[in-house]
Amino acid sequence: MNGRRFAIIIFIIAIMFGTVVLVGISKNSPLVIITSMIATTIAVATPLTLGALCGLYCERAGVVNIGIEGTMLGAAFFGWLASIYMNTIFHFPALPSLIVGVIAAVVTGGLFALLHAVLSITFKVDQIIGGTVINILASGITGFLNRQMFFGAGSVFHGNIPDSPGVLPTIRIPLLADIPVIGRVFIQQPIAWSAIALVIITQVVIFHTRWGLRTRAVGEHPRAADTVGINVIRMRYFNVIIGGLLAGLAGAYFTLESISSFQPDMTNGRGFIALAAMIFGNWTPFGAWSAALVFGAAQALQINLQFFRELIPSQLAVLQNSYVVGLAPYLLTMLILTGLIGKTIPPAADGKPYEK
Amino acid sequence: MADNNIVLEAKNITKQFPGVLANDHVNFDLRKGEIHALLGENGAGKTTLMNILYGLHKPDSGEIFVDGKSIVIHSPKDSIQVGIGMVHQHFMLIPVFSVAENIMLGDETTHMGMLDTKAVSQRVHELSQQYSLEVDPSALVGQLSVGAQQRVEIVKTLYRNASILILDEPTAVLTPQETDDLFRVMRKLTGRGVSIIFITHKLKEVLAVADRITTMRAGRVIGTVKPSETNEAKLASMMVGREVILTVHKGEAKPKEEVLRVEHLCVLDDRDLEAVNNVSFEVHAGEILGIAGVQGNGQTQLAEALTGLRPTKSGKMIMGGKDLSGKPPRPIIETGLAHIPEDRQRHGLVLSYTVADNMVLCNYYLPPFARGMVLQQEKVDENARKLIKDFDVRTPSPYVPTSKLSGGNQQKVIVARELSRDVKLVIASQPTRGLDVGSIEYIHKEIVIMRDRGVGVLLISAELDEIMSLSDRVAVMYRGQIVATVDAKQADREQLGLWMAGAHAEAV
Repeated sequence: MNGRRFAIIIFIIAIMFGTVVLVGISKNSPLVIITSMIATTIAVATPLTLGALCGLYCERAGVVNIGIEGTMLGAAFFGWLASIYMNTIFHFPALPSLIVGVIAAVVTGGLFALLHAVLSITFKVDQIIGGTVINILASGITGFLNRQMFFGAGSVFHGNIPDSPGVLPTIRIPLLADIPVIGRVFIQQPIAWSAIALVIITQVVIFHTRWGLRTRAVGEHPRAADTVGINVIRMRYFNVIIGGLLAGLAGAYFTLESISSFQPDMTNGRGFIALAAMIFGNWTPFGAWSAALVFGAAQALQINLQFFRELIPSQLAVLQNSYVVGLAPYLLTMLILTGLIGKTIPPAADGKPYEK
Repeated sequence: MADNNIVLEAKNITKQFPGVLANDHVNFDLRKGEIHALLGENGAGKTTLMNILYGLHKPDSGEIFVDGKSIVIHSPKDSIQVGIGMVHQHFMLIPVFSVAENIMLGDETTHMGMLDTKAVSQRVHELSQQYSLEVDPSALVGQLSVGAQQRVEIVKTLYRNASILILDEPTAVLTPQETDDLFRVMRKLTGRGVSIIFITHKLKEVLAVADRITTMRAGRVIGTVKPSETNEAKLASMMVGREVILTVHKGEAKPKEEVLRVEHLCVLDDRDLEAVNNVSFEVHAGEILGIAGVQGNGQTQLAEALTGLRPTKSGKMIMGGKDLSGKPPRPIIETGLAHIPEDRQRHGLVLSYTVADNMVLCNYYLPPFARGMVLQQEKVDENARKLIKDFDVRTPSPYVPTSKLSGGNQQKVIVARELSRDVKLVIASQPTRGLDVGSIEYIHKEIVIMRDRGVGVLLISAELDEIMSLSDRVAVMYRGQIVATVDAKQADREQLGLWMAGAHAEAV
């Protein structure tokens, strides 16, 4: 990440935090507000971070995956479904049910990615089309099953939405979480913590291990990798699937960590924002994470402004409308992708099927 | 041959590609510590044979022996295993990786799961000392010169303990001095027991460095000879299958008025770096100005700027009294420019169009080919039939897509289209790259004919021999600048080579 990009990120975050502090200052101290913003930012950036890491594994290996959105949605649904089955039909306690749900989500992500890999690597289908297929498929399947299983006569649960096992409990970082006021930042749920851990792990894997070197090689110059005996097809398959597992975990965030229900198309473009974060982060884990935090901050802005809604001065009445503020992450995506981003350099063979 | 010195032997290798028999019962052997040159034109099957030995292609039939044992090579992994290393014509290096990363790729040294770049750099350093192959393990490959990248490729094979080295057209991108260095390194390697297969189509080099020479033509081995038993003319006729005129016959140039004047031209490349830096020269009617230089020193961008395909940053390009810099191609063409582009398939032809349509790409909108908005297909066909005859284009009919023609005939389609028009200036970029000797002969002759007809010719070529035999004046380009301009008669191969490598000179 270069200095210019870093400055842009700090600037945007400062504006968003500043807005909330100004609005809420009569009710809470700036420190409390900023702490709350940071804590929310980290939490809501989770699916973006994981989605961006998914994109990173795929594209570093030379496969463009715009199906992250659909992969997340599918994983969100099947993870949630698994947790409900465990809880209501097999009578597992809440936590084990949720854990099974997370595993199901991750596996679902892997399966969607496998589909993308078969289409784009083996059958050399245009990778944008492969990704679009996944997005449409996920939206269709989850919408259909959701209706069939939970609503109307003849549905599996007879029209009664069963009690869900709730959401994953928070994990406190010892000592840090006990600090007054700012300790709040160190109380997050498990998928949020894993996302941060995975950023660090990915950084090490991609840049300091044999696997990462070979992954980058097949994404830059697959023929060169082939001539030194690396199996390009296998490397691409595994990386796309690893990415899928991460997108699956991102999906679990929606229905098992954030809220305990499923709504059709609830990922709401997060998969695409994750891709934007990956690009803005120049295909590096920490870059992608910082970009995900910017988008997360925009969402935190919306959430926190809603909280201080009655305090918004009448001159800024427009900010009272949660739909208008809700546009922030999307506007920011457009802005960053069109102008602010500067030049980024994708892997040289990104999106190109390998022909022997 | 029960010679126990033979380290590698290919017997009866046959490989069929759709429509081409690339290797037809090819026999080839390599002795320990020798340089065995494999000579042939493009498409003769040399690279196919080597790709089979290296495991990139599977032969349809035939056997491969290494150290007398029959082996089956499924992939490069297998060939690396038995000690075969290959330096490909297009380097198999990753520009954004460091030298050490490129060398270790596929054969990484790790320490507790992490890449051990330090150990690799150490080993690379040792190898580079041992064989005087100067490389810096921490440098980024993309920032190295072509010669240095080639050294990285050689070290890469030595790192894998290769004892059989295949060099595919290694000199195509080198300056004469770099070529000499390479030959020294090759001698050093064979002195230490490495055996080398040297693939090339350059006759001089083969005679200079090889111990044995095998010639291939149209997928078959024509024969194996020793350099002492042969000469350039004999090798050329083995390669082509008939007598070849190797030298260009041309009379004295009679330069007349100026047809192109370039003043302080600066052009940016795709990365916004200055590829052409303050270049000035002029071309006169009736002369050939050759621009020599190693590939990638701004020649491509210069040609693109002069033909209107790339914007200029500053400077002038004056043709017919007008400054045409920054103008799109059409007004430049209409001022009297013929352009034979470097990449004939991408910039010279619409491959899916017929020969006839390609032959009117520059003037289809003008009478007689168009009347208002309507194309006059009859006139287009008539034009095509005439040009096919005049320029001896070998095509089944004017209506086949140009993608079906051989490289030489594709180039002839372009030459026919460009040189049949009434032009004042010809810009020919790498006009004979990748062509067979017959087509090269033909195109050289056409270029000289144009000159004698009073047209100015700007010839851009990375082949120093081509520059020296065709040009009346030679300019040398290095890192975007013209470092020297000399009269061709006074041009000296060694001196040009030094300039191409960056030695500065005052204009002579």
